[in-house]
Amino acid sequence: MINVLEVNETNKMVEHENLDIRTITIGISLLDCMDSDLKKVNEKIYEKITTVAKNLVPVGQEIEREYGIPIVNKRISVTPIAIVGSSACKCPEDYVTIAHTLDRCAKELGVNFIGGYSAIVSKGMTKYDEMLIRSIPQALNETEFICSSVNVGSTKTGINMDAVRLMGQIVKETSEITADRDCIGAAKLVVLCNAPDDNPFMAGAFHGVSESDAVINVGISGPGVVKTALENVHGESFEVMCETIKKTAFKITRVGQLVAKKASEMLDIPFGIIDLSLAPTPAIGDSVADILCEMGLEYAGAPGTTAALALLNDQVKKGGIMASSSVGGLSGAFIPVSEDQGMIDAANAGMLTIEKLEAMTCVCSVGLDMIVIPGDTSAETISGIIADEAALGMINQKTTACRLIPAVGKKVGDTLEFGGLLGHAPIMPVNTAKCDEFVSRAGRIPAPIHSFKN
Amino acid sequence: MSKNTDKAIVTVVGKDTVGIIAKTCTYLAEHKINILDISQTIVQGYFNMMMIADFSDVDQGFDKVQEELAQVGKDLGVDIKCQKAEIFEMMHRI
Repeated sequence: MINVLEVNETNKMVEHENLDIRTITIGISLLDCMDSDLKKVNEKIYEKITTVAKNLVPVGQEIEREYGIPIVNKRISVTPIAIVGSSACKCPEDYVTIAHTLDRCAKELGVNFIGGYSAIVSKGMTKYDEMLIRSIPQALNETEFICSSVNVGSTKTGINMDAVRLMGQIVKETSEITADRDCIGAAKLVVLCNAPDDNPFMAGAFHGVSESDAVINVGISGPGVVKTALENVHGESFEVMCETIKKTAFKITRVGQLVAKKASEMLDIPFGIIDLSLAPTPAIGDSVADILCEMGLEYAGAPGTTAALALLNDQVKKGGIMASSSVGGLSGAFIPVSEDQGMIDAANAGMLTIEKLEAMTCVCSVGLDMIVIPGDTSAETISGIIADEAALGMINQKTTACRLIPAVGKKVGDTLEFGGLLGHAPIMPVNTAKCDEFVSRAGRIPAPIHSFKN
Repeated sequence: MSKNTDKAIVTVVGKDTVGIIAKTCTYLAEHKINILDISQTIVQGYFNMMMIADFSDVDQGFDKVQEELAQVGKDLGVDIKCQKAEIFEMMHRI
């Protein structure tokens, strides 16, 4: 039988160490909403989402209450809208009407975000994909709850450099069009390589075409719990440290598994996956960077950081994988800058650079995330950074992403304030050497040799 | 026979005073909640109790019990929480 020490340990994790379920995300297929009449597409989308996800928020709240575990976000991901709108949309503005419909669904249901304003263009772009991509700045400017993502490459297909070049411009435009709101649009736009179909985390969540009609995916959190556990083994060997992380990851993931199972039963929607992620928030004590510091680094970004992060990421997976019946999504430690107070401190102290973050993205999920760069950074340079990150993903057969926010009218030393979970961040310097000629070449980077497995 | 999902953990934490167990248990009895196990410690004057309770015959909703138990705690100057037991079993048992 459960004893008082175990009960106290669990409650302490929640009350003092920021243990929470980061998100319950319902993935909803909108393939059956396709129509050649745009008005009908919008009606069908509204009808389907508000029916399938009707009880998401109340069920989430009931689980929170019964088990005493906070569930920070309730979200929805949908089939990439580039596909859903392909028969009906004749211009980018037509796609924006779908963004408005999704936004209306989010408001009606009280969810935090809807992801899936997306296009999958890893090998080539259809004209519909391109229309959706070109509509992203306006869509993110005119909506509140929409997240957008574009997958520009994969290990199997190589990197679509035409899409990479276009996304450099779109990131910049999205930032410029929302400059009056601290460039918030770009904080909801991510460029991916090897994007998973079942990711519950924003901004990269979409419901892939390989998925069933509706599915529950749960993203866990808990960097504060891991950090506290490591404090108790301060100075011990790597072996002890790894064991501690594994055990803690197991415990955290079990809570995620319980919540996913309950939500699935109560909503009568099948359980998909648990995303084993250490997702930080700007709250004090909820930081992945703090874990790295507890391991013995002065700042995240110090020499040794990549090794420490690789170790952390691997142990979280090893501990978590047995705790859940099905693991998927991104699964790994997140290293967003603006959403992690330890990362913000390291960047402010000049100890964390974009180049170091790039190295860190080789060993963890996901990528260059929530990084604010000077507003005068050219679209070509942004494309260059996206291409680098996509190449890491392609060669290492992992998901990588870029969520860069060019801070319009600001320079290194200034900060942007997004508020809430998106946090705030100092503007980080970008290498100013030009890459214009490289990214302006047409076509794609072919798939790497190790993708030929057949 | 009660199901596993009917079990809840009631925790009481706060400054020790007369009648904490009596009042909490009276409330549980009034609502047909059976106590399966009690353990209790006092650390530096702080009262720390945990009960495993069976809710299979409870006469009102779980959220209502949570609310009213919290109120019983408030009157006693302690913090009473009631959570379904599965979360602890999931986390601490393989």
